[in-house]
Amino acid sequence: MTEPAKPIIQIQNVSKRFGKVTAVDNVSLDINAGEFFVLLGPSGCGKTTLLRMIAGFELPTEGRILIDGQDMAGIPPNKRPVNMVFQSYAVFPHMSVADNVAYGLKIAGVKGGEIKDRVAEALELVKLGGFGERMPDQMSGGQRQRVALARSLVMRPKVLLLDEPLSALDAKLRAQMQFELSELQEKVGITFVTVTHDQDEALSMACRIGVINKGEVAQLATPSDLYEYPANRFVADFVGSVNIFEGKLTLDEPDKAAVDCPGVGKIYLNHGVTGPHGADVWIALRPEKIYLHVPGEGKAVKAAAQDAPDGYNFARGKIKGMSYLGDITLFEIELDGGARIRVSRPNLSRHDQEDFTWDDRVSMHWRADSPVVLLG
Amino acid sequence: MAEQDWKTSKRTFAAVSLPTLFWLIAFFLIPMFIVWQYSLGEKVGETGFDFSGTLDNYKRATEWLYLTIFGKSFAVAALVTLICLIVGFPVAMAITFASEKWRPWLLLGIMLPFWTNLLIRTYALMMLLGTQGFANKGLGALWEGTSWLKTLVGLQPLPTWEPVQLLFNNFAVVFGLVYVHLPFMVLPLYAALDRLDRSLIEASLDLGAGHFRTIMRIVVPLAAPGIIAGVMITLIPALGAYLTPDLMGGTDSQMIANVIERQFKKANDWPFGAALSFLLIYAMFILIAIQSMRKKVPEVR
Repeated sequence: MTEPAKPIIQIQNVSKRFGKVTAVDNVSLDINAGEFFVLLGPSGCGKTTLLRMIAGFELPTEGRILIDGQDMAGIPPNKRPVNMVFQSYAVFPHMSVADNVAYGLKIAGVKGGEIKDRVAEALELVKLGGFGERMPDQMSGGQRQRVALARSLVMRPKVLLLDEPLSALDAKLRAQMQFELSELQEKVGITFVTVTHDQDEALSMACRIGVINKGEVAQLATPSDLYEYPANRFVADFVGSVNIFEGKLTLDEPDKAAVDCPGVGKIYLNHGVTGPHGADVWIALRPEKIYLHVPGEGKAVKAAAQDAPDGYNFARGKIKGMSYLGDITLFEIELDGGARIRVSRPNLSRHDQEDFTWDDRVSMHWRADSPVVLLG
Repeated sequence: MAEQDWKTSKRTFAAVSLPTLFWLIAFFLIPMFIVWQYSLGEKVGETGFDFSGTLDNYKRATEWLYLTIFGKSFAVAALVTLICLIVGFPVAMAITFASEKWRPWLLLGIMLPFWTNLLIRTYALMMLLGTQGFANKGLGALWEGTSWLKTLVGLQPLPTWEPVQLLFNNFAVVFGLVYVHLPFMVLPLYAALDRLDRSLIEASLDLGAGHFRTIMRIVVPLAAPGIIAGVMITLIPALGAYLTPDLMGGTDSQMIANVIERQFKKANDWPFGAALSFLLIYAMFILIAIQSMRKKVPEVR
């Protein structure tokens, strides 16, 4: 997007308390028109409460929510320009698929002929053309979810809210639906706001992700920024798999920085981090960004890269555990310094997994742009 | 572990079901059979009985006089059930949507009357409705008050208060039966509403429906099994009600159970009483058969 995006939902200093429990704590965020926004967080972090406040099923204790510039205070769910796909789908079991989809249109007073056309169109959109006469109990979970989607989309809402839309589907179907949901969103151009606890789901579907932790926004970023530049330990740990080490900042200049991590070694970065000298920091290093070598080979490979001074970004250790996952093999290595580190290695050829085994001595290095320094 | 059923574990099944089966046969089916025999026999002298296979008792029981009492009993029971449904549904809804903290207390409130003997509850109700009862006294006080207010602003006072006849008529019977049977309606309704997936209600609101429409289009159809259970469980005992019409009814408000009672106790005509009883049982069989034949509503998940 080149021009500044227009926010369709503005959440301003919203808090929600249930008795003494604070579910949502002073959250402010804008969701842009036409984007696929994902609220990601562990269960009980307040993300669903936030979604339900947008839908109008919960009222903010403090703060306000604007949809398309209009303050939603005092506006009940049935008068809001948003529709929701529920986690349990909430397809009315006593109505046929077509009646389910037509339900909202009938209430809105749409004429019979138009209802028929729009229902058929919506069912076609979710690939359920010809299923109109079926009853929900004759359909699979995935199909019922499509009915719920069609029932909401047919209302042409400004925003479609989806509460854990894929959690009840099996792995294969989930992967397919992730793809289909993104495709559908592009096709209809409606803003989607999805809640999920599944980071894969969030990374694959979202334009932007808001990571929620303990009722607060931990980070707001695009999927790749979230993964490559996590803002804090919570995000680094929650999104993807990561090694986190404690260390002290020993060098911090505009184009380079170094961190001394006891138990691991000295870590060099090819950019500054703007932290106070000598500060306690954390280093996050993704397992797939570590290169594994048989002893003797590592030093030469690392030296050839020429991106860090000698003695930095290099470690030796012993393989303490490994698990073969098909596409990659995951190693658990005890470093000579005492720390444990996880390394993943792609199996680029059929026999790659035979290169290393338990108790092998190995060396490893990583590039100077791989580690992330976290201040909190 | 596979689900156990009676086919794979006959002994276990027999062990658990035999006591119940014995109870049912000894204390329910056999006595019923004896009464059924009575209904097909005739009285001999003052205390004797002869099983002759005659249908005379049934002929007499279907005479116009008794048919009108049957009809009236049905009408009263149906009216009672309807009022229980109209009053009970909002009560059940209120309990369902009450907070976790309040729900057990509200349910207790519904069940509390069961802790007191029916006879005592009925007498309590009679004290409430009598000409010198609280209802009449309250109304009287209101009446006097209004009269006093009217004189205060210079108008003619109202005529003196005549207590309303609230007891010993059909109104009292219906009122009493509603009072007694309301919990029977509320509990199955509550059970059905409690199982209802809340997100279905939210989905309806989300799609633009108001609360009333959501209740009529979503809640009521999905609570149908509970509504039918509540109706049956209220209608059947109301149809056989005996104590309430006996104590609270007038001379013209006797129900079929009162007639049956009289045959056994006062008229000493057991065969005829048995025939009347069995007519009522046949009618209930038909009701239950109709209920079990109706189209099954999809189970609410």
